[in-house]
Amino acid sequence: MNGMVMPEVKIGLEIHSQLTSLKTKLFCGCSSDYRGRDPNSLVCPVCLGVPGSLPVLNRKAVEGAIMAALALNCKISERMFFFRKNYYYPDMPKNFQISQYDRAGGAPLAVDGHLHIEVDGKRKRVQISRVHLEEDPGRLVHLGPIDQSPYTLVDYNRAGIALLEIVTEPDLNSPKEARIFLQRLRSILEHLEICDGSLEGAMRCDANISLAGGTRVEVKNISSFKEVERALSFEIMRQEDMLEKGLAVERETRHWDEVRRITITLRTKEEEHDYRYFPEPDLVPIMIAEDFIEEVGAQMPELPEARTRRFMLKYDLPRYDAEVLVGVKALADFFERCVELYNKPKEISNWMMSDLLRYLYENNLELSESKITPEHLVEMIQLIDEGVISGKIGKQVLPKIVLTGQPPRQIVGEEGLIKITSRETLERIVDQVFGENPKAVEDALVEEKTVHFLVGQIMKATKGKADPQLANQIILERLRVMKAEGKR
Amino acid sequence: MPRLYQLAAKEVVEKVRDKETTAEEYVSSIFERIREAESRVHAFVTLIEDEALQRAREIDEKASKGKTLGRLAGVAVAVKDSICAKDVRTTCSSRMLENFVPPYDAAVIEKIHMEDAVVIGKTNMDEFAMGSSTETSFFGPTYNPWDLSRVPGGSSGGSGAALAADETALAFGADTGGSIRCPASYCSVVGIKPTYGLVSRYGLVAYANSLEQIGPMAKSVYDCALFLSVIAGYDPRDSTSVRMPPRDYTVFLKDDVEGFKIGVPKEFFGEGTSEDVEKRVWEAIYKLEDLGASYEEVSFPSLEYALSTYYIIAMSEASSNLARYDGLRYGYRIDRDDTDWSTVYSKNRRVGFGAEVRRRILLGTYALSAGYYSKYYLKALKVRTLIRRDFEGAFRKFHVLIGPTMPIPPFKIGEKIQDPLALYMCDIDTVPANLAGLPAISVPCGFAGSLPIGMQIMAAPFREDLMLNVAYTFEKNTTYKDRKPPLK
Repeated sequence: MNGMVMPEVKIGLEIHSQLTSLKTKLFCGCSSDYRGRDPNSLVCPVCLGVPGSLPVLNRKAVEGAIMAALALNCKISERMFFFRKNYYYPDMPKNFQISQYDRAGGAPLAVDGHLHIEVDGKRKRVQISRVHLEEDPGRLVHLGPIDQSPYTLVDYNRAGIALLEIVTEPDLNSPKEARIFLQRLRSILEHLEICDGSLEGAMRCDANISLAGGTRVEVKNISSFKEVERALSFEIMRQEDMLEKGLAVERETRHWDEVRRITITLRTKEEEHDYRYFPEPDLVPIMIAEDFIEEVGAQMPELPEARTRRFMLKYDLPRYDAEVLVGVKALADFFERCVELYNKPKEISNWMMSDLLRYLYENNLELSESKITPEHLVEMIQLIDEGVISGKIGKQVLPKIVLTGQPPRQIVGEEGLIKITSRETLERIVDQVFGENPKAVEDALVEEKTVHFLVGQIMKATKGKADPQLANQIILERLRVMKAEGKR
Repeated sequence: MPRLYQLAAKEVVEKVRDKETTAEEYVSSIFERIREAESRVHAFVTLIEDEALQRAREIDEKASKGKTLGRLAGVAVAVKDSICAKDVRTTCSSRMLENFVPPYDAAVIEKIHMEDAVVIGKTNMDEFAMGSSTETSFFGPTYNPWDLSRVPGGSSGGSGAALAADETALAFGADTGGSIRCPASYCSVVGIKPTYGLVSRYGLVAYANSLEQIGPMAKSVYDCALFLSVIAGYDPRDSTSVRMPPRDYTVFLKDDVEGFKIGVPKEFFGEGTSEDVEKRVWEAIYKLEDLGASYEEVSFPSLEYALSTYYIIAMSEASSNLARYDGLRYGYRIDRDDTDWSTVYSKNRRVGFGAEVRRRILLGTYALSAGYYSKYYLKALKVRTLIRRDFEGAFRKFHVLIGPTMPIPPFKIGEKIQDPLALYMCDIDTVPANLAGLPAISVPCGFAGSLPIGMQIMAAPFREDLMLNVAYTFEKNTTYKDRKPPLK
């Protein structure tokens, strides 16, 4: 940063998380399973806002939201209200959104919580200002970039899906912290089985960012957590650049353009909406009884923190590994299923941490998008343990399983990857390698450590199929013979 | 011998059940009468003669097969045009919904169908129920059958006029601030605004959700009670609907008010109340005293603020409710799309809505705006609570409260339409019941020359039984019900 001191960065997040485990929308009986469906096929008078229709609250959504609020250490309101947030936009059938509000006499579902995250080995507390329920708007579909599309198509299948809004105080001090917070949050919601963060658009976030106690800028349209670090970094850079040039950062709302990877002005301060919040008259206040909260709390599944601890103690995993696995519920579930099938937690964790996760990350895949099953991974590890294939072959086989979903045994068989364990075959190959590398053999005779090079050549010649231990053994035997012959 | 179309609902049901007449004969007679009177009265926006006759024949067939007929067998019902009926155009008397055909039936329409009633058409009203004279209808005014140069009241003016002109036996109204009671009073018929939550609002196009109720209108207290028995009841689709066991309200009509305590709020005879109205209503109170009731004058200082409170709440809610009419999904749409969506919305709304609707949207938007919300809307909610408490106190002492329905007799068409405030003042006696959620009924109590005057009887929440009995006893012991308008 040009040798300058980094100005203090303050980031607050507003996360919108769909309650994907609900079967129906927040205020009507339409199916919430909208992904990949024909446009406007999951709609009814209520979610279309047809005149005369009325919303009816989905009780299951309240349960899910209370669970999330408890997990985030929030205070649950005894009496909560829905408010109307009024503004015009074509994705909203009623031109208002049924939401909740913490001012104007409103009470959101829960307030005043916190979540601890760990950044570079240090524990940090992030304050949660509120958690509330609201309805998702519909989806606008454009041809190409929004400002160049000849039309806008509206799909109301998403309109009315239950959204949990979680708002933090500006307690985060870097894009990395924001990412860690979001990963932690995602894992919690996944463990509560209320939101599957791997689904497209299931978790979105807006962020407000200020530098050195200056003006707050809001960045909207961060459609996935992968984008968060990128969007925030860009915005911080932009503001730093302005401050360096002595320009004032304007209070405004900016839009994250995923394609160009920049933020652009959406609304200036003058264009800010006045949402004219007022209590939704079609929904009665909801009383949340103490024993209902207790009941929900009692049903609460194991949360990431407890699961991480259990992974460390029960499976003897290092904290880091346990945290990475528990960081995405699907990974932790995958791991435990593997251990159930084959009680070698360390090996399984190693394979997941090093090869599987790296492959997924490099190819930008969710575990759910890959075709590998716990049965596959276990079978592969067993093939190695049985000596059928080498570990090196295992590393080759894994990406194939992820892509094709073929069982490892089949891949190994079809591609002739079985380990060469025949002494006779390997001796022939050793002889051949010795013949081709006289200099290396000379070196090895003097300095035994350099034998690794010869082993490597054997592996190369066999495309990794040679049993490396046996190869090593044969080479040493050969060298010993040669030394003896030389002395003679 | 009265003509078929003049029969009370009670008589129609008896005659159809006893096969003294067929539903088809009766409904045909209704449409003959409509053809005779409608060109002068203009009570309807849409008539569905073919569908109605078809329905009547189905009921006759049911009768001929010996099946049990419903409680409204064959009875003609006119439906206010803000109540959705499947596949029947529902306009709210607005250009905005000129061609809107709802894909579903309102809850009350389902209920009357189950009881074998026959919907004959949709009645004219003030645009989106915003008015007390039916003059703001996009389709032109309705004329009062008692004096065709005068208004029938509003906003359910078409329903009131259709009853007075013998074009129907029963009519649906909806009452946000007097919209049932005002036309009942001006047309010398009976109309009930039920307790808030007694009748499902599912399918009622919203004007001000927290204030309005669908209610029955008829030519006698008995028919009104019968009609109410059919349409009242819990509906899970309306969250503000109250769980009450179904009741037959006709059993409470006892022709006996011995021991009844009547409260007479002074504020109901305030400035602007015409002498004729004051006299007729007091005569009615003395009549009830003669019949065994006692009365006491009381004062509710909070009522002074009722009208302004009402208009702030109603307009605020309306500004949000009517936001959905943007021309995108249904309703009026200017045939040009060469500009951005917000320009198209503005144009559609400027042309699609009439002046009074635009005025109320603007005022409501203002009242909810940042900086004004607590000054207007929140304050109005507080006053509303005070008014409700005042009534609660009164009903610990009195069985019913009585006053005029309207401060003045029906006025001339065009007389007040240019003076919104004068028109708003007409609602002064009716809005308190909406603010407090109380049941109220208007019954004919005399005339100013040839112009009808109505008496309003209010009761505690869900004490429609008391209110109906007082109204019935009064009707039984007077002759106003039998007087017919001069319309031939």
